[in-house]
Amino acid sequence: MKSHATRARIRVLIAKPGLDGHDRGAKIVVRALIDAGYDVIYTGLRQPPEAVAQIALEEDVDVIGLSSMAGSHVPYCQRLKKLLLENGLDDKLWIIGGSIPAPDQKALKAVGLDGIFPAGTRLEEIVDFINERCQ
Amino acid sequence: MTTQQFKPRQKTTGASIKQQDSNRSVINESGIEIKKTYTAEDLEASGGVAMVGLPGEYPFTRGIHKEMYRKRPWTMRQYTGFGDPEDTNERFKFLIENGQTGLNVAFDLPSQIGLDSDDDLAIGEIGRVGMAVDSLRDFEVAFDGIDLEKITVSLTINGAAAIMIAMYLAMAEKRGYDISKLRGTAQNDILKEFIGRGTWIFPVEPSIKLVADTIEYCANNAPKYSPVSVCGYHIRESGADPAQEMAYGFVIAKAYTDLVLARGLDVDEFASRLSFNFNIYGNIFEQVAKFRAGRGLWAKIIKEEYGATNPRSMVLRMIAGGGGSGLTKEQPEVNIVRGAYYALISALSGAQTMALCCFDEAYTIPSEDAQRLSLRTMQVLIEEMGLCDTVDPLAGSYYVETLTNQMRERMQAVMQEVDEQGGIVKMVAEGTIQSKVSTQAYELLQEIESGEFPKVGINCYEMDEEEPEVEYHPYAQDDADRQIERLQKLRAERDNAAVENTLAKLVDDATQGVNVMPAIMAAVKAYATVGEMTHALVSVYGRYNEPVRF
Repeated sequence: MKSHATRARIRVLIAKPGLDGHDRGAKIVVRALIDAGYDVIYTGLRQPPEAVAQIALEEDVDVIGLSSMAGSHVPYCQRLKKLLLENGLDDKLWIIGGSIPAPDQKALKAVGLDGIFPAGTRLEEIVDFINERCQ
Repeated sequence: MTTQQFKPRQKTTGASIKQQDSNRSVINESGIEIKKTYTAEDLEASGGVAMVGLPGEYPFTRGIHKEMYRKRPWTMRQYTGFGDPEDTNERFKFLIENGQTGLNVAFDLPSQIGLDSDDDLAIGEIGRVGMAVDSLRDFEVAFDGIDLEKITVSLTINGAAAIMIAMYLAMAEKRGYDISKLRGTAQNDILKEFIGRGTWIFPVEPSIKLVADTIEYCANNAPKYSPVSVCGYHIRESGADPAQEMAYGFVIAKAYTDLVLARGLDVDEFASRLSFNFNIYGNIFEQVAKFRAGRGLWAKIIKEEYGATNPRSMVLRMIAGGGGSGLTKEQPEVNIVRGAYYALISALSGAQTMALCCFDEAYTIPSEDAQRLSLRTMQVLIEEMGLCDTVDPLAGSYYVETLTNQMRERMQAVMQEVDEQGGIVKMVAEGTIQSKVSTQAYELLQEIESGEFPKVGINCYEMDEEEPEVEYHPYAQDDADRQIERLQKLRAERDNAAVENTLAKLVDDATQGVNVMPAIMAAVKAYATVGEMTHALVSVYGRYNEPVRF
């Protein structure tokens, strides 16, 4: 359980990893999280792992969320994991959503993702998950 | 500490809340209220039949050809490409053997955004969502053994379109084709990439300058080639409604047209080679009315606003296909049925070319079986269902004609709205249009989640489902390695002094602001790579900085 007693609002980073340009889902999640009362930082497209780790550090976020529609998430998350560890960010809630095939979900859990929200997930499910894990 | 427990949602296993309310008002996605019955009076009140006309004649509402499918069915052009050019060549041949009549090339993401396969940013992305292309050599391999006069090729490429068009023309020339007679299409609609899909490279201004360069170059050198396919499609996928989809496509096409006219070309020198790409999912009658209305409106714009005199300049040639956003992960077999209805919409709409999303696409790059099933879906319509027997079969329906008039009005209103906000180029550069469509996407999802917008398998007729058995398309590391090897071998073997010279010339031409297509053609023929040419252009133009606003 992660504690953020001193903070009024949960801070969430939503990033588009890799080269994929399909951002409909990412932007929808950003809006849903803003409506749920979180502070949300959206990176825009094409963020390499280094940029995501850097922004997460600078923005002091509680949650790192990735949106992947084009399949490169497993090698990407393996590289990001290393950077999260190096930067002391491995205690942040780390989640991913998008087009995540079943075999990849297993691999991503092994890498250390806390939550996986494949296409079709209801928005409230993501909000509830963050609420529950960041209280 | 309070812990919110996630409560499993109650599934709706029966009809949608909408169908349970017989007194409901019905408003289509474009915001038009649908009456219970339509009569001659409704049609008259909506503007009558003034814009209907005859197929093959201005204003082309009923179709751009006199005989349409009676003479030749639509071109079947499934979107395909993965791995390296050899894998893709093999799949192309598979589709052609199964009756496909055109090719629609998918490029991998590094190629789409101008990176070579050995770029650090390309790791894990090589050949993943399309074929990897680094140089002219890859085009030679991908199209080997394919008759480019019999099979027209459409390149789904945008940010790097100028380079890929040059590669296609250079490859055809090398194989002995006369490029002044060569047909084919490039998507090359960068403005919509900034709104949805996202394969931009350069800032907005130089990006649209490149589009104008390709149109001008093709008008002068490859006049049968369609250098642009303006896409309402992806804007709809990003959240626009059907009327907006077409209206935004038109304001974008006008923006490119204006740029080319400013170079001194006559509208009749290039307008007949502008083509379009629109989406086919949703309400059948709304889509059919959209396409019929759009044809009339575009003809009117090109004739009345731009003063075209050649009727072929006025026709809205289009691929009407896809439907990705209409498909669901839930009960994926239902997507086979949806795909068949989408194909019906496209055929009833008089599209020149059709491509269908495959039923497994919510999960993976389509399997061969799924691709063949999409082809068979179209072939059944052609051979068994009478869709090719007569032109524009829905013409004269009180409902369809009234809705066509109303959709045209809605499109005109949307276009005016864009003008009032300073035009589409400004809206894209400032991110206002992106923000508008993504807000609408959010609102639509909320309506789907609440059940207000019915979607079978998602908010009605739901089932308890196991994760289906899917033939996932694996990432082929071997192919990626082979592609990098091939690239490095190319760099070692080619005449690098010649490459340097052509790249320097490209930088010069870009700096001076002249048309860069001749310089790109020269660089391509010297086997400069996609990454090298893009780098040369970035050194002059810079890179796009995405405006993010909510």
